Amino acid sequence: MSERATLLGVRDLHVHIGESHIRQGVSFDVREGGITGLLGRNGVGKTTTLRGILGMVPRTGSVTLAGEELVRSRTHDIVRHGVGYVPEDRDVFAGLTVEENLRLAERSGSPLRYDLVYELFPELKARAAQKAGTLSGGQQQMVSLARALLNAQNRLLLIDEPTKGLSPLYTRNVADALRRAAEVATILLVEQNLRVAQALVGDVIVLDQGRVAFTGRVEELMDDPALTRKHLGLATTESH
Amino acid sequence: MSTIALLTITGVGLGALYFLVAAGLSLIWGLMRVLNFAHGAFFTVAAYGGWVAATAVPGNLWLQWLVGLLVAVLSGALFATLTEVVLIRPLYARPVGQVLVTVGLALATVALVQGGFGNDPKTLTLPAWMNATTAVLGADIPNTRWIVIGAALLVLGLLLFFLRRTRYGLIVRAGVENRAMVEALGIDVQRAFTLVFAIGGAAAGLAGWLAGAYYGTIDPVRGSAMLIFAFIVVVIGGLGSVVGSAIAAVVVGILQQYLNFYGAAGVGDFAVVLLLAGVLLIRPGGFAGAAA
Repeated sequence: MSERATLLGVRDLHVHIGESHIRQGVSFDVREGGITGLLGRNGVGKTTTLRGILGMVPRTGSVTLAGEELVRSRTHDIVRHGVGYVPEDRDVFAGLTVEENLRLAERSGSPLRYDLVYELFPELKARAAQKAGTLSGGQQQMVSLARALLNAQNRLLLIDEPTKGLSPLYTRNVADALRRAAEVATILLVEQNLRVAQALVGDVIVLDQGRVAFTGRVEELMDDPALTRKHLGLATTESH
Repeated sequence: MSTIALLTITGVGLGALYFLVAAGLSLIWGLMRVLNFAHGAFFTVAAYGGWVAATAVPGNLWLQWLVGLLVAVLSGALFATLTEVVLIRPLYARPVGQVLVTVGLALATVALVQGGFGNDPKTLTLPAWMNATTAVLGADIPNTRWIVIGAALLVLGLLLFFLRRTRYGLIVRAGVENRAMVEALGIDVQRAFTLVFAIGGAAAGLAGWLAGAYYGTIDPVRGSAMLIFAFIVVVIGGLGSVVGSAIAAVVVGILQQYLNFYGAAGVGDFAVVLLLAGVLLIRPGGFAGAAA
């Protein structure tokens, strides 16, 4: 790996949901720039890890952003340090219009990237007055990505399965948007579609059985069938 | 015809009172998922706060009444804000604790008011115009009905303006749908919680004072009685929906008035419970579903 500074540092992250101890002591770094893939079999806890980083679930350990400790901060405060989040289920506000969804994401004191957002997703401008709940899945994903990209202050984007359930056309659009987004922010990407992941990510972190099983370059992982079979299982045979 | 006019306008007036209590209750539930059994206490404390202030003002009855109104609204908002900050905030992750603490606060408030002011109703001295009536279709409608209805329409308009035209309103509407995602956009939902509690408390306080004008007296337990019907209105209207609450409040108020008049006393109240059961069976999300 080249010598890029660590932007996100996760150390000994434990996540508790109810009585369950979901994530047990995960540690990894995300280097500044580009797209880092967070991979692993279904149910291994990738989404929980992202939610743990953001403080959306009770957790302990250490989460640093550019060296600043955030594990005791609340979610909105962590986000205000420059983190954008695209959840697995998009979570657009169905009763609000597209324009209202974007306006809600605006943060005072942060320059806004409406030009970039509308360059990547021109459809959103045309549908500004439409209720987000009436959009297709692909269009909702655009809204969700646009909200995370909107604030120029956001230097880290946590993006959870952005191509899940999308048509090939929208999958290509989202992949193109992620490539462009990686020019302005560092991305930690959870992606089950290995073809997409392979095309986009540089560094990878593989989770298996509640711990980090592999870190390195994506080529190292993909060039080793034994490694992919062991840690990604059936996911290696997925075709989209 | 005059009876119908009287029953309808009185029913709308009663619905207006229900709406003022239910609007805050609905927003508090929609945004925060807090079942606030202390909402009736806001109504009661505000009514007595207004009464104390009004009786301290010498002279002009309109001035007394308006001072009482202002103090009632402010004391409702203040009491609600303190309740949220001191009692509810530490219990956001513990719904059972919220129910226990708000029920306890409601009971304690009634007991404290009874201890301080006695069980007997306090009579409000109203300006002469409020004690007069206006003829509509042959019916003499007490003028207090117009004031209650006008205030409810004003509050409905202000709430809709707040929800649809301000950033905090946008946050509340989004928070009703998905609180966690609002927080994940970098917004401190906690502030919106406090604001919604304050607005709900102010509206309940207004209801407490206007109910004094509507009934001619204030007493320690009316807030609890209003709360029961306000809960029914919130469920029928759709949890989290202000417009749904307004429609449901008018339906409930008119239904009660007609059936209590044409049936035996209490039939109207029973019919409201039947209406609730029917709505829950046919349309569990209420008239409007969950949308502020």
